[in-house]
Amino acid sequence: MRERRGIVIGLVAVVVAAGVAPLLSAYPLTLLTQAAIVAVLAMSLDVLLGYTGLPSLGHAAYFGVAAYAVGILTTDHQRGFLVCLLVGLGLATLTAAVFGLLAIRATGTYFLMITLALGMVVWGLAFRWVSMTKGDNGIAGVPRPDLGGPWNLTAPLPFFYFVLAGALLAWALLGLLVRSSFGLTLMGIRESESRMRALGYNVWLHKYLAFILSGFFAGFAGVFWAYYNGFVSPVDVQLVTSVETLLMVALGGPGTLAGPALGAALIVFLKNFVSVYTKRWLLILGAVYIGVILFAPRGVLGAFRRER
Amino acid sequence: MAEPHALRLEGVSKWFGGLRAVDSVELAVRPGERRALIGPNGAGKTTLFNLIAGVLPVSAGRITLFGDDVTRLAQHRRAALGLTRTFQITNLFPSLTVLDNVRLAAQALTPAKFSMLRPLGRFTELEAGARRALAAVGLEDRAATTVRHLSHGEQRQLEIALALAGKPRVLLLDEPAAGLSHAEARLMTALLQRLDPAITLLIIEHDMDIALEVAQHVTVLHYGKVIADGTREAVKADPMVREIYLGA
Repeated sequence: MRERRGIVIGLVAVVVAAGVAPLLSAYPLTLLTQAAIVAVLAMSLDVLLGYTGLPSLGHAAYFGVAAYAVGILTTDHQRGFLVCLLVGLGLATLTAAVFGLLAIRATGTYFLMITLALGMVVWGLAFRWVSMTKGDNGIAGVPRPDLGGPWNLTAPLPFFYFVLAGALLAWALLGLLVRSSFGLTLMGIRESESRMRALGYNVWLHKYLAFILSGFFAGFAGVFWAYYNGFVSPVDVQLVTSVETLLMVALGGPGTLAGPALGAALIVFLKNFVSVYTKRWLLILGAVYIGVILFAPRGVLGAFRRER
Repeated sequence: MAEPHALRLEGVSKWFGGLRAVDSVELAVRPGERRALIGPNGAGKTTLFNLIAGVLPVSAGRITLFGDDVTRLAQHRRAALGLTRTFQITNLFPSLTVLDNVRLAAQALTPAKFSMLRPLGRFTELEAGARRALAAVGLEDRAATTVRHLSHGEQRQLEIALALAGKPRVLLLDEPAAGLSHAEARLMTALLQRLDPAITLLIIEHDMDIALEVAQHVTVLHYGKVIADGTREAVKADPMVREIYLGA
C-alpha cells in the first residue's frame, strides 16, 4: 500500500521533528517551523495538481490573501487569533471561489496561464493598494498570538508546536478528503474527464469544489505564515512563491500528500543552507528540479512506489 | 402509443462546416430492444452516438429519452436520466484499481459522490454494487489490480462493467469488441447476450456476426443517412445494404 507508506514516512518525520525541536538552536528551529507551514501550502496545491490534475500557478494568491488579512487585522485593528484565523480562511476561500469561476473553464496550459494571471492580480493589489497593504514596504510587526494560560506562543518553541499541530490537522483533513468518495471523483477527473462526464458527473462542479478547498488550505498555511514571519509583503504573493510551491509538489511526488510535505521541507532546508554559500541558489534549485524530472518523474515518494 | 420509446431521434442532423456527418436521422428504439447500428467506416455512427450522449450538440432535430426531450441537456444530465455509453477507444481510469473504476461508476448518480470525510470503504452498498458489476463481466478476481496492468480484453470487459454499474436504462455500446481476438469476441458476445433484458441496447459494431447475434433489429447508416431499418433478416436481404455494406 503506497498510501500507508506515505503515512508512515510522514508520521516518522513529524515525531522526529517534535522530538528534536527542544534540542535545536534558534535558526534550525525557525527553518523547521517554516517547513511545517509550507508543507501545508504544498499539500493544498497537491489536491489540485496531484489529485485533480490541475496545475495551478497562482497558489500564492490564497496563501497571501490570508497572510495579508492577518497582517492588517493584528497591526491596524489589534484583533485576536480566532478572528484573524476565521477572516484569513474566509478571504482565502472567497478569493479561490471567485478565481475558480474564471479558471476552471480552462484546462492544461491555459489553466496554468489563467491561474498565473489571477495570481498576478493579487500581487498587483498587494503592491499598489498602499493604503491597505503598505505596498512594497510590507506590513511589519505582526505579533505572535498569546492564547492565554500556557499558550503564549511568542517564544519559538511553543509556536513551533502550535504550527506542527496545525499542520497535522491539515494533513489529517486532507488525508480524509483524498480517501473519500469525493476524493475518488477528483482522481477520476485526472484520469479521464470524458469518461466521468459519460458516467454522469458534473466535472466542472467537482473541479470547482476542489479549487475552493485547495484555496481554503492554502489560506490556512497563510495565516500561520503571517504569524511566523511577523511580516507580510508582496514577496509572499509573488510568482516565485507559486512556482516554488509547484516545485515542492513535483519534487515530493504529486498525488501523495506526504510527498509534497516532505518536498516542501526539502526545499526550505536546501534553500536556506545553499544560500549561505551562494546567491545563485535558484540555479541549484533548477538543477534539482531537472534531476527529479529525469530520474524520478513521479517525485521522491513516487519513485519508491510499487504497483500491483 | 401506450409507452414512449426508450430512445427516439427525429430529424437529427450534425454538420461540420459543409460536411453533413449525420443527416436527418430518424430512429425509434423501444424499451428493452436490442438494436444494432451498422455502416461502413465514416458512415457517421460514432458521431451519432456523440449526439445521443450529448458530447456534441445537434445542428438540427430532436432527441427524446423515455418521452423526455433531452436535446439540449448536458451530457451528465442525460446520464442521470439513465443513458450510459461505452467507448470505442478504451476510456478508463488507468492508474486506479479495477474496483475504484467501477466504484466511480456506481456512485456517479448517488449523493455519495460529494461525501468528503467518510472513507470509501464505508459505503458498503455501493461497493457491493460495484462488485456485482465486476462479477457480471467476470472480473471479480481482478478487483485490486491497477487498470493499466489489465490485458486489452479485460479492459474491454471493464468498459462494460463501468456502464452496468450505473444501472442504465439505455446503454450505448460503441464497438464493444474493438481490437478483440476471435475467441475474446465470442466471450464478449456471450456477455452482451446475458445482459439484463430490461436494458435497452444500441450497439455500433463493425463485426457483422456480433452485431446480428446480439441484436434483432438493425439500422444501417451510410454517409450520415439511414438507408435501411428493420429486422436482421430484412436488412440482410435488402439489396442496397448488400451492395454497399456486405459487398456481395
